Amino acid sequence: MEPTSLTFRERAAAALEDPVLRTALRRLESGWQQGRARAAAALPEFEALRDAGVAIKDHVLAHLDLYLEIFERRFTEAGGVVHWARDAAEARAIALEICRKAGAKTVTKSKSMVAEEIGLNAFLEANGLRVVETDLGEYIVQLAGEVPSHLVGPAVHMTRERIAELFARHHGGPPKQESAELVAEARRILRERYLEAEVGITGANFLVAETGSIVTVTNEGNAELTQGLPRVHLVITGIEKVVPTVEDAFTLLRLLARSATGQEFSGYTTFLTGPARPDERDGPRKMHLILLDNGRSAMVGGPFREMLRCIRCGACMNHCPVYLAAGGHAYGWVYVGPMGSVLTPQFAGLERTWTLPTASTFCGRCQEVCPVRIPLPKLMRLWREEAHRRHLPPPVARYGLAAWAFLARRPALYRLATRLAIAGLGLLGRRRGRFSRLPLAAGWTASRDLPAPAGVTFHRLWKARRRNHA
Amino acid sequence: MSEARSAILARLRAGLARPPRSEAEAAAEVARRLAEPRPGPIPARARVAGAERVALFTRMAESVGAEVRRLPEPSAIRAALLDFLRRHNLPAKIVRAADPLLDAAGLEAEPLLEIRTGVPEEPDPVGLTVALAGIAETGTLLLASAGARPTLLAFLPETSIVVLPTAAVFGSYEEAWAGLRGRPGFPPRSVNLVTGPSRTGDIPPSIELGAHGPRRLLVLLVDQAPAAEA
Repeated sequence: MEPTSLTFRERAAAALEDPVLRTALRRLESGWQQGRARAAAALPEFEALRDAGVAIKDHVLAHLDLYLEIFERRFTEAGGVVHWARDAAEARAIALEICRKAGAKTVTKSKSMVAEEIGLNAFLEANGLRVVETDLGEYIVQLAGEVPSHLVGPAVHMTRERIAELFARHHGGPPKQESAELVAEARRILRERYLEAEVGITGANFLVAETGSIVTVTNEGNAELTQGLPRVHLVITGIEKVVPTVEDAFTLLRLLARSATGQEFSGYTTFLTGPARPDERDGPRKMHLILLDNGRSAMVGGPFREMLRCIRCGACMNHCPVYLAAGGHAYGWVYVGPMGSVLTPQFAGLERTWTLPTASTFCGRCQEVCPVRIPLPKLMRLWREEAHRRHLPPPVARYGLAAWAFLARRPALYRLATRLAIAGLGLLGRRRGRFSRLPLAAGWTASRDLPAPAGVTFHRLWKARRRNHA
Repeated sequence: MSEARSAILARLRAGLARPPRSEAEAAAEVARRLAEPRPGPIPARARVAGAERVALFTRMAESVGAEVRRLPEPSAIRAALLDFLRRHNLPAKIVRAADPLLDAAGLEAEPLLEIRTGVPEEPDPVGLTVALAGIAETGTLLLASAGARPTLLAFLPETSIVVLPTAAVFGSYEEAWAGLRGRPGFPPRSVNLVTGPSRTGDIPPSIELGAHGPRRLLVLLVDQAPAAEA
């Protein structure tokens, strides 16, 4: 998928005028944001679990090569086949080859952000396969021909009316009104797809090195039907998902649902170790796993290593004032919100996405709620610096910043300049006490007046006070 | 070994840049960690025992929409099942796991029940299986696949009924998992941690049950029952 992140500003402006999106995003605040606060408060060990989660992830990343080799060995011993993919194109080609070998016509899919990252659906469809998403939100987005607007709730931007309209168009029959009717209809339709599919594709929340298991987490139970009914199960995930032991997975699982939706635990957490055993009459006959790099191995050795701790809970976006105003589609690629602003430049190239790390107020809430304490503001700042170095922002912004930096590093000059500016503005605004228009400050004065300054800088006031008290 | 594999591992090693002399140390640390899995912080809530533990399991499972019934012995399963099916106006047609605990329930003797053993098919309305453990911390069931216990029993039918020996209720996930370690065939192909019936919040404004998996979940806690086999 081609990123359209450079138009963030325009898309965000349009989003602010969209009443449907405003309602949807407010729902996130009252739902998942407050849910996380309640769940964290209800578990006294929550902060200790966050520290433990950070320690697990940091340990794994420092030994990632070793854990991947061990995981591969155990997964293979259990009867699975591991495929390594350096980039999106390699991963897509491997997936297609597996589907072809399985004689697949229909493929069901349980939500996978890595599959979104590599544009798997479009590629398989272009090669003649029918790909059906089974996570209800993802299915709705697929029917609409859109991309997910949230990590956990792909269709959070949609109203029930819009979903009813989509279902009526694609499923036929009279339009349904109630949520329960719509869910029942999707259940009935998707049942047929599960049973038809020759290959089921899922992601993985964790890979367990100790046992060679993959772990999936859903609330709907769609992952279990996606991998449990077809003959072939294909897992696709990033190399950073490995954890040492099942115990480590439990520590991170205690954080995941609470951080994501405020649930104590998700409905279904499944540990899968290999394909069906000889005495089993259900389960897939073959199990494949694609381990995707796509820039991750470079992150391990660079300043963005901490980003690889991410467990994809979505808490950063649920708490981000920019995401909650602009919505996910403004970000213009697969990963959205603060985590997307760090990952997207890595995966899709800074040239086409440098606007994302600037779409932040640096309020720091994302870091406060991140279950694995990723310093998201720091990482966004690193991208900003890199973008500045590569001259990506427009000249006005760069020269403006350079001019400010020149002043800020010379205290005497800075004081002189501010003194003159404040005294000048104070004099000019003396009569009205405010400005309704001011050069270079249209962003402020377009919607409100700028109060005229008192004519004396804070520095001088402070000095004067200290003198009086001395 | 594939070209991609060696390229990815080489890039990781270059990035990590561990000095050669600490290479053996790193491998030893990883081996140690895998040989002795250490639990992280276990919530105090999970450290309960006896009646309190069963009460916590029940309360947590009910809070996520499961129905829990406590039974004195396997012979009581039959009546509890029929009562549940009647109350929810469900067909008396069941597919079940081939488990000794369910054999002991004597369901086949019930003339009102149509019962089959094996893998469920669409549109079988009710699946009946046994759990290897319950986890009080969040009211979670631990199901494990085996030839006699198809995983789909708890996912395909619209109603899922799970029998759980009361003695197999643990406090935390870690304790329940420790019970699996060392059993023959460990780890089972599929271990499902099930917390309530299937649900979705994808169609606003409400949470709806039965998105893909079961719409209803009945847990039968049986006191005088041996723990299920691996």
